[in-house]
Amino acid sequence: MPDEVLDCRGQRCPLPVIAAARRMPQVPVGTVVRVLADDPAAAVDLPAWCRMRGQEFLAAITGPDGPAYDIRRTH
Amino acid sequence: MSASSVYLDAATAAPLHPVARQALLAALEDGWADPGKLYSQARRARQLLDAAREAAAQTLGVRADELSFTSSGTTAAHGAVLGGLAGRHRAGATLVHSAIEHSAVLHAAERHVAAGGVAHSVPVDRVGRLDLEAWSAAVRAPGVALAALITASHEVGTVQPVAEAAAVCGDVGVPLYVDAAQSVGRVPLPAGWSILSASAHKWGGPPGVGLLAVRKGTRWESPWPADEREGGRTPGSVNLPAVVAAAASLRAAAADAAAEATRLDPLVDRIRTRVAAEVPDVEVVGDPVLRLPHLVTFSCLYVDGETLLHALDRRGFAVSSGSSCTSSTLRPSHVLEAMGVLSHGNVRVSLHRDTTESDVERFLAELPGIVAGLRADAGVVGL
Ligand SMILES: Cc1ncc(COP(=O)(O)O)c(C=O)c1O
Repeated sequence: MPDEVLDCRGQRCPLPVIAAARRMPQVPVGTVVRVLADDPAAAVDLPAWCRMRGQEFLAAITGPDGPAYDIRRTH
Repeated sequence: MSASSVYLDAATAAPLHPVARQALLAALEDGWADPGKLYSQARRARQLLDAAREAAAQTLGVRADELSFTSSGTTAAHGAVLGGLAGRHRAGATLVHSAIEHSAVLHAAERHVAAGGVAHSVPVDRVGRLDLEAWSAAVRAPGVALAALITASHEVGTVQPVAEAAAVCGDVGVPLYVDAAQSVGRVPLPAGWSILSASAHKWGGPPGVGLLAVRKGTRWESPWPADEREGGRTPGSVNLPAVVAAAASLRAAAADAAAEATRLDPLVDRIRTRVAAEVPDVEVVGDPVLRLPHLVTFSCLYVDGETLLHALDRRGFAVSSGSSCTSSTLRPSHVLEAMGVLSHGNVRVSLHRDTTESDVERFLAELPGIVAGLRADAGVVGL
């Protein structure tokens, strides 16, 4: 389960990635943030951001709140 | 184009080759009649059409009767896919294609699926190169009627392992269709294909001319209502002046292709290196070596693709983008998606025979400042 949820629904690319990039340094290392994002580009760009920044992309999930992406702060 | 404007979108449409312009003007005078009729004006038109076909066939290395002129690369791709499937419907109903085909091929595949057929998309790796193992498994499965592989990616430039993919197809008797739109007139064509399509405005010919080649012995059946013109492969009267210009410029482009590739390839290398070094948080995508000589793509983190295109346009640079905000469907490019690379802030730069080193230098000099400015505006500096 995620430790917190970042609601980026309704935001267009690249805003969900920017929101994640702003939030991640503020949470303790090890925290799992679930990003809710219905923009289809988020499915590509959140994993790519994790790769570029060395953070851990855990999974893409489709739940009751629509598409969601779990990211763990690793450093 | 004003003196300060730099056109860098040849992969969409290259500026008209001077040979094309000359041939087009001459053929407008001389080639307006219907080549199918029985009077002298028609005979002249027929001669022009035959000569154009002969010249284009020679450049492609096919027989003249294997080649048809279509009304675009898109129409050629539709005909290639749907005709290749129709011709082999007894063998099965599955189309195998790479995940990075042009939308023309994918839309034809959608049509096939809507009609009850099956489409099997084969993945690519991070640089956009076909997964040959997955391709082999897909092509060897029962019921495959046709396989489709782009010769080189129109979005990221990565050259595909066509010879290897064709060998697999050959093993099991599945015809291979190659969309060669970005290769024809620029790089040597791979061997082993049965059906090929191309598009004249990619090599400096006029827009609205496509090539469809179907090798002898390939089972191909027209998916269109009957029409005997162009070998029965594509309906309607051809735009003869444009076809003449396409064939003349193809010959000219092919004759210069090796020299042009030698000139443009280092410029693309320079863009790849300098963009990666001088623009922070950028991902230069596609294979750095096994790539087209004239095309390079990169994505800028946190930058909106549409805003970037507009900013570049204001500075006189015409480029293309695979970012979702620049597409009418608001979906990111399926090519970037299949590669798993950053899709926003995406820019495709593609060079042509009029591109100079100073054009490239000006682009490289201005890009870092433009990207930095947009990041400052968006408040994402230091993220
Ligand atoms: C690889 C590829 N195939 C097909 C096409 C379609 O060609 P046309 O623009 O002539 O319809 C293009 C051009 O967009 C292309 O790049």
